[in-house]
Amino acid sequence: MNEVFARGPTLFTRLCIVLLLSVCAMVIDTKVENISTLRTYLTSLVSPLQYIADLPGEALDWSVSRFTSRRSLLEENDRLTNQITLMSEQLQRFNVLEQENQNLRRLLDAPVRTDMHRMIAELMAVDNNPYSHQIVINKGTIHDVFEGQSVLDDTGIVGQIVEVGTTNSRVLLISDITHAIPVRVARNNVRLVASGTGGLIDLALEHVPHSADLQVGDLLVSSGLGKVFPEGYPVATINNIIRDESKPFASVTATPSAQLDRLKFLLLLWPEDIAPKEAISKDEIVLGNAVNDAN
Amino acid sequence: MQTNQSFIYICIIIGIVLQIIPMPPPVDLYRPDWLLMILIYWSMALPNRVSIGIAGLSGIVLDLLYGTSLGVHSFALAIPIYLVCANYQRIRNYSLLQQAMMVLALSSLYHIIVYWLQYWITGIEFNWMYLWPSVSSVILWPWLFWLLRKFRRKLNVT
Repeated sequence: MNEVFARGPTLFTRLCIVLLLSVCAMVIDTKVENISTLRTYLTSLVSPLQYIADLPGEALDWSVSRFTSRRSLLEENDRLTNQITLMSEQLQRFNVLEQENQNLRRLLDAPVRTDMHRMIAELMAVDNNPYSHQIVINKGTIHDVFEGQSVLDDTGIVGQIVEVGTTNSRVLLISDITHAIPVRVARNNVRLVASGTGGLIDLALEHVPHSADLQVGDLLVSSGLGKVFPEGYPVATINNIIRDESKPFASVTATPSAQLDRLKFLLLLWPEDIAPKEAISKDEIVLGNAVNDAN
Repeated sequence: MQTNQSFIYICIIIGIVLQIIPMPPPVDLYRPDWLLMILIYWSMALPNRVSIGIAGLSGIVLDLLYGTSLGVHSFALAIPIYLVCANYQRIRNYSLLQQAMMVLALSSLYHIIVYWLQYWITGIEFNWMYLWPSVSSVILWPWLFWLLRKFRRKLNVT
């Protein structure tokens, strides 16, 4: 047998070196800003492992899509066609209303709302780390994803990008304990902050006065005040209000609109001026064509 | 005589992949600490090959894949591996049951260190559910030990 620890520093010295380096890395990573570029490179370096880990799930998806019966495909097609028809009818009215709203805003000299460009991304991995809620999506710097970008699904706001790799990036969900999002009540414009609780189905509204006009069932939409999330997207619905006068604030919780445990397809939003070419603008979404194709 | 050192690194990479492979949330709660167990085995069997340095390095990779602050998992992996390396001769002579108990202790230590560091960084609350992986690790340890020893002897890894 070889002389085990004859060469190099002693075991305890090695431990001290590794621990010291780890602590340095932690301090630099948490306290120093602008470290994210280094992290981007490192994340890209290890992303092949992520792809390997994704393989079994992809194989399962592939075999499921391969062995779906013709009948269920036809049923799904029917359902989607119905949905598109209903939605395009709604969209027709919405377009007129939006036009009207823009005109009224112009008359009032209020800033006209700009349209967002969007791109569809797919979920790659969900972190199994119980301490934080993060997911990985399959779009990165080559698709012009940027840090702080908002991520939605078809029902509401999901979270924001916290880390960008070359071909994938990491999304912090609104339910994470370190995340908070400025919202307003759609009914009466009361402004609030909804912060994550660490549970996927609950957001907490903080510092709500007992007298605030809130009701169970109120829809909370993003207020756009934090300059991170665009205005007017649904975030959560209030599900419980406890007005205990012995406490300084009312305790209010809300259910996220997006189903954070069932994410699959996500939308990335870009402001008009920095949107990449591949992103879809509003004019490109022509639902009429989609219906024709479906038929 | 030919030796297959690369097998050790393949094992560690497989361990990392098993740590991040997507699983349904109810099962996810009991995901065993693959990487820790594989590192424990190799640092016990071949402490001149796998030691604290490798543990720290694979911890950094795990941090990148998990999205935790860099250094959390390397810190948490280095301490149990140090304990194994310092006592490898004693641990080799343990019975499988004793070894399994040792894995339970080391894995709990690992989770508690991760929790403690995360608490220091973000302020989370302790939940006993965080220690379920230690239990599943103990159950898996005899099988993993047997498998890795078989491969080590067959491939003549020294």
